[in-house]
Amino acid sequence: MSSENKAQIAVDKFLEFTDGEVASFFEACVHCGECAEACHFYMATEDPKYTPTYKLLPMVKAYKREKAPLRSIRKLFGLLPPAVTEDELREWETLVYDSCTMCGRCTMVCPMGIDIAGTIRKMREGYAAADIVPDGLKRAVDFVKKTSSPMGITPKALLAQISHQEKETGIKIELDKQGADYMAILSAMEIMGYPEIIGAYAKIFKEAGVSWTISTKAYEATNVGVQIGSGPLAKEIVTRVVDAAEELGVKYVISPECGHAYGAIRWAGPNMVGRQFKFEVVHIIELLDQLRREGRIPAGNKDGRKMTLHDPCQIIRRGGLLKEPRSLLDDSCSDFIEMENAGLGNLCCGGGGGVSANPRAAELQNAAFGCKVDQLNEIDGLEAVVVPCANCRTVFEEGLEERDMDHLEVLGLGELVAETLKDIEQAKG
Amino acid sequence: MTFLQFVEGPMFYFAAAVFVLAAAWRVFGLIRMGRRPDISPPKGSASAGFIKGNLRHFVPRGMFARRTWIHFVAGYAFHIGLFVLFFFGAFHIDFIKQYLGISWTPLPRWGFILASEIAFAGLIALWVRRFSDPVMRLISDWDDHVGTWLTFLVMLTGCLALQESHDVLRGIHMLFVNIWLIYFPFSRLMHAFTFFLSRGHTGATYGRKGMNP
Repeated sequence: MSSENKAQIAVDKFLEFTDGEVASFFEACVHCGECAEACHFYMATEDPKYTPTYKLLPMVKAYKREKAPLRSIRKLFGLLPPAVTEDELREWETLVYDSCTMCGRCTMVCPMGIDIAGTIRKMREGYAAADIVPDGLKRAVDFVKKTSSPMGITPKALLAQISHQEKETGIKIELDKQGADYMAILSAMEIMGYPEIIGAYAKIFKEAGVSWTISTKAYEATNVGVQIGSGPLAKEIVTRVVDAAEELGVKYVISPECGHAYGAIRWAGPNMVGRQFKFEVVHIIELLDQLRREGRIPAGNKDGRKMTLHDPCQIIRRGGLLKEPRSLLDDSCSDFIEMENAGLGNLCCGGGGGVSANPRAAELQNAAFGCKVDQLNEIDGLEAVVVPCANCRTVFEEGLEERDMDHLEVLGLGELVAETLKDIEQAKG
Repeated sequence: MTFLQFVEGPMFYFAAAVFVLAAAWRVFGLIRMGRRPDISPPKGSASAGFIKGNLRHFVPRGMFARRTWIHFVAGYAFHIGLFVLFFFGAFHIDFIKQYLGISWTPLPRWGFILASEIAFAGLIALWVRRFSDPVMRLISDWDDHVGTWLTFLVMLTGCLALQESHDVLRGIHMLFVNIWLIYFPFSRLMHAFTFFLSRGHTGATYGRKGMNP
């Protein structure tokens, strides 16, 4: 692929993804720079280049030059921007991949309401098509192509983890169960890093009498296609889950405690596949909240530690699940305290959107996590933080360890709910 | 034909026509581009989200106040001041009546001067910030500065023409008004018409998710 070709391929994709929505964003931006204030990468470094709207510049230039209304008149006066070059795209690559987690906090402060995160997602389509992407994400894509998992998790490895959890809990987990009501999918990070969530599901669903299964054909929820910006790959990953779920005839697919996985299958999924699914997608937090409200998983003794909640951006701000985790925490811990700007305004961990899979961005990611640490440190006597996203959770554990803050326990929400179930408590007693 | 007759006559007609047609073309062009259909099962209303998104972004959230207060104060001072002096200045009302045949009660002279001063203060504060703040300096381009300067000159020459001592001062004001009208639809000043689309699109996306960020 020649240099000119790469630039043209990227520009063609930029234009393909610039519909009236994206064009209105480009037309409305008044360069006020307020979005910098909301971005954890700018907050951590105070480097103006991390201003969110600045990250979009090559795509804005392509739009103004090739697609904007009245461009022919502007051209007469020599007012069109120069063509986007491969050098320019490469210069911007770190801004597009390393310093944007697509958390969407910048939209909240933007007086024009511009969805910069969503536009970065579309901009990455151009970058991925031109093969100007970070090596870390490329490796994850290679793993997905070989094994369906960004961490290379094979069905055999999954079965080993499930078997271990069956022994831990004494509960049999049925795989590929035809006609089950629910099919759970898991993030790679959960399977390898936090397999106890599988045991937690087993305990909770047994208690609630939920018929569920895990497919050995489609167990991976992480969607690297969304992170790298490859529509075809994202579609392939979603389609694998859709095919398995429809083959098993389940009524629901449970999206796990993973940010981008939820957005990929719940909100983007039907649009990628081009039709509505024959099942509903429900987030595990939604399902747990529903089971709790129906009285099917009554809470037992609450965890007495002083706890707070990290709001994963793709589940809360961009996913729409604001109340459910709080409702569950009210029942599960007795000393819950919110972080500053909790909920919609909560800060990203710094590792979403593929940033944590990109070793080149490690230092910047850790600096951005410092903003989150500042929020945690504002709470006196904090003992644990609930992080309902496996990717965020890894960022938390590594970031806290680096700062010698290991005393702060990092928990998944599903595990906490499982640990504080009434009947589990009674069994322990 | 005098200079004043020219800038209030043929040139004004031309500038007004360019303004209306080009601005309409640009907004229509954006609408015509359409929006990719979203077939994911909604949790809330996209239409309600469109309206909520438009209303929500009129006032920044308190959590961002450290940076946004300057733009909030200066931005509203400029925009409200400009709106008041344009629509309630006695000379502007007379001018509108001459072309459209409608009129309303103007502001007293002191009110016009007060509105002008507020608008000037806001505009100057916004412009100074554009080159003094590192973030704004990096992201601003020539269009941002030209738009600001043209608006400033329209307002300044308007104030000079207020005394009605010389026709030429009124003519200069009208000349800048005409240049501003012609420049407007090709520039970022168009945010006056495109903001509702931008806010609305995002509001609709989040509205479907039952959110309003």
